[in-house]
Amino acid sequence: MSTTAQSLHEEMFVLNLGPQHPATHGVLRIKLMMDGEYIADAESVIGYGHRMQEKMGENRTYAKFLPNTGRMDYVAAMFNTHGYVCAVEKLAGLRVPERAEYIRVITAELNRVASHLLWLGAFLIDLGGFTPLLYTFDDREQILDLLEGLTGTRLTYCYYRFGGVCNDVDDAFLAGSRQFVARMRARMPMYHALITKNIIFRKRCEEIGPITAEQCRKYGATGPVIRGSGVAYDVRKAEPYGAYPQLDFNVPVYPQGDCLARYMVRLDEIVESLRLVEQALDRLPGGPVMAEKVPRLLKPPKGDCYFNVESARGSFGVRLFSDGTDKAYRLKLRSPCFSNLSLFRECSRGMLLADALALLGSLDLIIPDIDR
Amino acid sequence: MAHELTWQIVRVLLYVVGLIAFAAFNAAYLSLLERKIPAWFQLRYGPKEVGPWGLLQPVADGVKLLTKQLLVQAESDVLLFKLAPVMVVVPAIMCLALIPFSEVLWARNINVGLLALFSFSAIHVLGTMLGGWSSYNKYASIAAARVVAQNIAYEIPLLLVMVTFVMVTHSMNLFDIVQQQAGGFWHWYLLRVQASPLMPVAFVIFFICMLAEANRAPFDMFEAESELVAGAFTEYSGMGFGLFFIAEYANVLVSCSLATVLFLGGWQCPFGLLPGLHWFLIKMYALCFVVIWVRWSFPRTQFYGLLNLSWKFLIPVAFLHLVLTAVMLKLF
Repeated sequence: MSTTAQSLHEEMFVLNLGPQHPATHGVLRIKLMMDGEYIADAESVIGYGHRMQEKMGENRTYAKFLPNTGRMDYVAAMFNTHGYVCAVEKLAGLRVPERAEYIRVITAELNRVASHLLWLGAFLIDLGGFTPLLYTFDDREQILDLLEGLTGTRLTYCYYRFGGVCNDVDDAFLAGSRQFVARMRARMPMYHALITKNIIFRKRCEEIGPITAEQCRKYGATGPVIRGSGVAYDVRKAEPYGAYPQLDFNVPVYPQGDCLARYMVRLDEIVESLRLVEQALDRLPGGPVMAEKVPRLLKPPKGDCYFNVESARGSFGVRLFSDGTDKAYRLKLRSPCFSNLSLFRECSRGMLLADALALLGSLDLIIPDIDR
Repeated sequence: MAHELTWQIVRVLLYVVGLIAFAAFNAAYLSLLERKIPAWFQLRYGPKEVGPWGLLQPVADGVKLLTKQLLVQAESDVLLFKLAPVMVVVPAIMCLALIPFSEVLWARNINVGLLALFSFSAIHVLGTMLGGWSSYNKYASIAAARVVAQNIAYEIPLLLVMVTFVMVTHSMNLFDIVQQQAGGFWHWYLLRVQASPLMPVAFVIFFICMLAEANRAPFDMFEAESELVAGAFTEYSGMGFGLFFIAEYANVLVSCSLATVLFLGGWQCPFGLLPGLHWFLIKMYALCFVVIWVRWSFPRTQFYGLLNLSWKFLIPVAFLHLVLTAVMLKLF
């Protein structure tokens, strides 16, 4: 037994939350020091899903690493691919055609909606409500079908390419996306009636797991977590990329910092994403979807670059060093989930186990994205 | 005389066997309904592979549970660990033995039926607590601590409501209580507002407490699977778990039967026609449906939220109901 454990009160005990626990949604282990049902300390033990993605990015060509990006945050694979592709394009000086940028916005925002829907269902399971999951999966299924038709994959998309996207959208996808936007808008009041207005849900989320903006900054938490704490930080606005500067959308911000605020941010983001999809569909320009003259074996000039995209969970960053060869010299991936998880230790102190699990759920963690 | 006594004993034994069969059958088929009904809520089919409409699914589940190994951890308290499931399931069946199902179908009709019923139903709490505690598992220990706190919190408003109820009925005999409600649905205690204007409220309190007593969602604190894995049952496998499972549904059955007997007129017809077992079963299964409906519609409450609900809301209201009823009885 370590000295810290000995110095603690003798009635405290260690509770292993995970690596196989229903609330951790994957192989995350949290070593809880419990004082009765209160948490005295929570140490996250990560790395069960570590696949050396960064090292893999360094020992194979850029194109060969590209499919790996979809396997990190597999719930929102578009964003990882987007970040990596944009970083390589920036390094190699590739210009992406306008049409491809718009298609990227449509697919990425659809993926954001799918990711938030999955979170919504899983969060309600954490709170003990099973039924909403089935409704959110019904809606998510529509997105997966659309994206499957376009990209050939349902989950781990590898649709973006250096210089564009791999194939053009067809009419079925465009019509289907419009249909989905209308359907999802009509479903939102149902979700609010089923979940937001539910008294038990509100009691479990209001003023539970407060996170201050200061704490978010301290640990580098981004995405809906920081926006739920009253900071309007969104990479799409702060460092605009792709077609986002030409599109009109709001950044939902809630100042309370509790689980309900993070929930509301995500639900509002679904609505904003639908707006973005609709605008991008309306303005979709013609032209090619791939840049001309992209060499088959990409050898970006020497240099390094950092590219940030707003993933469904926060800021996903890619830092690439090129030494002029066909492989990256160094690849660093900034996972939003890793930063969001690091909040948990400080914020869960003194909380009840059940409330801490609501907090953990509201952070929207994808464990393979933490481990990479 | 001796002949009469033998007949009584044989009769009770027959009823006990019948009730065990009834409880087991209901546990099996309520568990099927527990999957089929939410399947309708949730845009899916539920079990449909085993037998027509999935009707043999409970049999398959039972066979699976029976063939599984009963694992006992080396560190656990073996005697208590093995005794606990029995301590949970037996009181539930004892409770059923006190319920009058119809005018002619009842196992024992005793004058303190209501009191006996609550005495038996208090035992299953002890069983669950011992099961959790003897498992030598931290999740189960947390669950065991929760069980005790939860049940103390909910026995009080429940018994307060019952005290008030007995003041109105002047009887603890469940058979008599049903007979007092003969006539039509306006004679049911649920709607006897002239006895106490808060009678419907009393029913709601009673029902909430019964949900909490039977440890059904949204009050399934000690089984909270997203927090405590499987709570008090974490270490149980095979039929050890199966008995807890049967007990859960048997408790739902007891709760719904008792609610039917006390508030909904038992076997009496709502319109004063053709009283009989069928009315009892219709009312009881309607309540069972509500229990399942509630479980699949609401998230789980927090533990302290649950205690707050009891101590800060249900107990004061139950007290108010008690005082009000006493005043009403004295005045009119």
